[in-house]
Amino acid sequence: MFESFFGDLHPHDFKEATSGKASRPMAAPPYVVIPMSLHLGEPCSPLVAVGDYVKMGQKIGDSKAPISAPIHASVSGKVIAVEPRLHPNGTKVMSVVIENDGLDTLSEEVVPHKSENLTDPEVLCRIVREAGIVGMGGAVFPTAAKISSSIGKVDTLIINGAECEPFITSDHRLMLERPEELMEGIRILKRVFGIPFAHLGIEKNKPDAISLLRSKCGADIKIVPLKSAYPQGAEKQLVYSVTGREVPPGSLPAAVRCVVFNVFTAYSVYRAVHEGMPAIERVVTVSGDAISNPMNLICRIGTPIERLVEEAGGFRGSPFKLLMGGPMMGSAQYDLSVPVTKGTNALLALTSRRDRSVKEPNCIRCGRCAEVCPMRLTPMYIHMYEERDDLNTLEKLNVMDCVECGLCTYICPGRLYLTQSCRLGKNKLRSAKEAAAREAAAKEAAAKKEEEAIKSGK
Amino acid sequence: MENKLGTVVSPSPHLRSPAGTRNIMLDVIIALVPALAASVYIFGFRALAVTLVSCAACVFFEWGYRALMKKPQNVGDLSAVVTGMLMAFCLPVTVPYWLPVIGAFFAIVIVKQLFGGIGKNFLNPALAARAFLFSWPVLMTKWVAPFSYSSIMNIFGGADAITSATPMGALHAGLLPNATVAQAFLGEIGGSLGEVSALMLLLGGAYLVFHKVISPRIPLAYILTVAVITYIFPKGEADRLSWMLYNLFCGGLMLGAIFMATDYTTSPITKLGQIIFGIGCGLITVLIRYFGTYPEGVSYAILVMNTTVWLIDRATLPRRFGGKPKFDLKGGAR
Repeated sequence: MFESFFGDLHPHDFKEATSGKASRPMAAPPYVVIPMSLHLGEPCSPLVAVGDYVKMGQKIGDSKAPISAPIHASVSGKVIAVEPRLHPNGTKVMSVVIENDGLDTLSEEVVPHKSENLTDPEVLCRIVREAGIVGMGGAVFPTAAKISSSIGKVDTLIINGAECEPFITSDHRLMLERPEELMEGIRILKRVFGIPFAHLGIEKNKPDAISLLRSKCGADIKIVPLKSAYPQGAEKQLVYSVTGREVPPGSLPAAVRCVVFNVFTAYSVYRAVHEGMPAIERVVTVSGDAISNPMNLICRIGTPIERLVEEAGGFRGSPFKLLMGGPMMGSAQYDLSVPVTKGTNALLALTSRRDRSVKEPNCIRCGRCAEVCPMRLTPMYIHMYEERDDLNTLEKLNVMDCVECGLCTYICPGRLYLTQSCRLGKNKLRSAKEAAAREAAAKEAAAKKEEEAIKSGK
Repeated sequence: MENKLGTVVSPSPHLRSPAGTRNIMLDVIIALVPALAASVYIFGFRALAVTLVSCAACVFFEWGYRALMKKPQNVGDLSAVVTGMLMAFCLPVTVPYWLPVIGAFFAIVIVKQLFGGIGKNFLNPALAARAFLFSWPVLMTKWVAPFSYSSIMNIFGGADAITSATPMGALHAGLLPNATVAQAFLGEIGGSLGEVSALMLLLGGAYLVFHKVISPRIPLAYILTVAVITYIFPKGEADRLSWMLYNLFCGGLMLGAIFMATDYTTSPITKLGQIIFGIGCGLITVLIRYFGTYPEGVSYAILVMNTTVWLIDRATLPRRFGGKPKFDLKGGAR
């Protein structure tokens, strides 16, 4: 009934504020703050010290962990601080602060790789990793790790241009403004997987992007128009919409022979290969009803969000919520000094006009949450059993399947915090399991010790 | 850490759908208005007066209980008004005004608030109150024929023109009622205050389905079940088709199927569960009408099925995304 999220239920998705405006390149700020954690996995260690001179594109952070991506300077200039700074995730993270000398002196490390054997997974993975490319849709999973773990296991390559979150149009603008580069990036990925053609899924609320890319793509890229229904761009939902295959619980798309990359990730692969340019800038949608002049900005990674707000004409009225990412899955910010990261697809400032929370949330058992849940869970029951700490029932209700898309909380007429209940339920279940595992390990160790003591006693 | 910006920091999502509980309840009230208008036309303004008394009493008890217990107020969600309207709709128009007040106390305080308030009751408050009010069986069965009022404005009389010949009484005796099918469909028949006009109730139901307040699953399953059984097994000498149609349009079936059985709190949330629930209601309704001592079975059928909601939900949880099907045609049940 509520399958279509903003499509049917809500006539607009707030995208029109920015979808028709060309993205604007933003001048590099006087200084950038580059956190050493711009990807999912182990944070990097800084490779530079205070006082060092760094060039644009130079590697300034790296890690030896298998799931990691190096970090590069997004401007040239002097390192003025290496210290923990506030990260958009709300914690303080080791960051490199570079004072911009305004010259954008390019690092010698930035060299094109197009003459190399790109169909060799090892070569491409190296290029992609060295360029610091991560899932640019927001998940920031290191792309090289995704490629190497999927090679040989997939028969379908899906490029994610769904962009289902309200307000955000950064991927939309990219598809309109950089179609050739995007398609070349897709082809590089397609070749390394040895797949004859790639699927590019785009929600139908972007008809201009669909028709433009259709007119430009060859037989090797298939444009798949998707129903405009949040969370169409979530990996499992996208795989299902494109192929009809359901990724089993707890598995990655590779389990059903699929691999998914965001359009911005594919574009970043193109840049890494053809220009040698690492991931040091991205398009950010600056929008929301508390922003004077909503727009898409092309900005350097590490730009404090304060600059973006200024560039977009400042606040209009007082912002009630400041969000990094979309309104459904983005995180709330309270400080304008936090920097743009690799996964920052949007910066939204909302007024309290759409705050519909109530003092006394009440479930009326309408069942809408279950109806809209993309994982077919029953959030209202999860909420109920989470409150009662009934972990057995939570497990039976498959709480671990929750992808935290936020749709249940969005739809709830009783204004419950259902997504949050699911998160709490997941955490409780996870920590209970960890505790049980620890206990079992301790028991085993104790038993062993006793056994040994008996043996040695004999 | 300091929050200089003054913005609210809370977990995602940061948007809420415009439709809140209050909007939903308001939609239900709007959907009940056509049937109320028909009732006023058929039984006079006394129908409106009884409904208003019932609503006022429900709102008063909802507010009073929570004030007395020092609980946060949520009268504003309008759910008490819906309960008041629905309860009035299943009373005869002749009831003395104190009866809906007692019913309101039972519905709101005993059935709803004592179990925790909105969303926590396991029986439909309006129907449970109606069942309770049968402690006054004479008052609850004082029917009047349509258009029997001396003046449409007369809200204090009306109890004089009593008739025992309701369509449900006739059907119970295996006879066809003394009205045409069209009259039964439009509502020119005797019966409870708000149940008589099938047409207006269907209109209200269409409004609710169109506004996505309810899904048509429960009403359709319920009404179709009654239709199929009464068509296959007509009682007495009656012709199948008209027997079926009278069974659909007379009595509380439309009111029950569209407005009572779809009550969120007391119906299953799963799609399959809702169909099972509707079929169950239909079966029990026909069983009571055919074999019970009461001529009408809708309210008891729904009350009985109310108690099975959790069982049904548990048994019909949807298949998790990417999970194995519960029943595999090749491998049998898992």
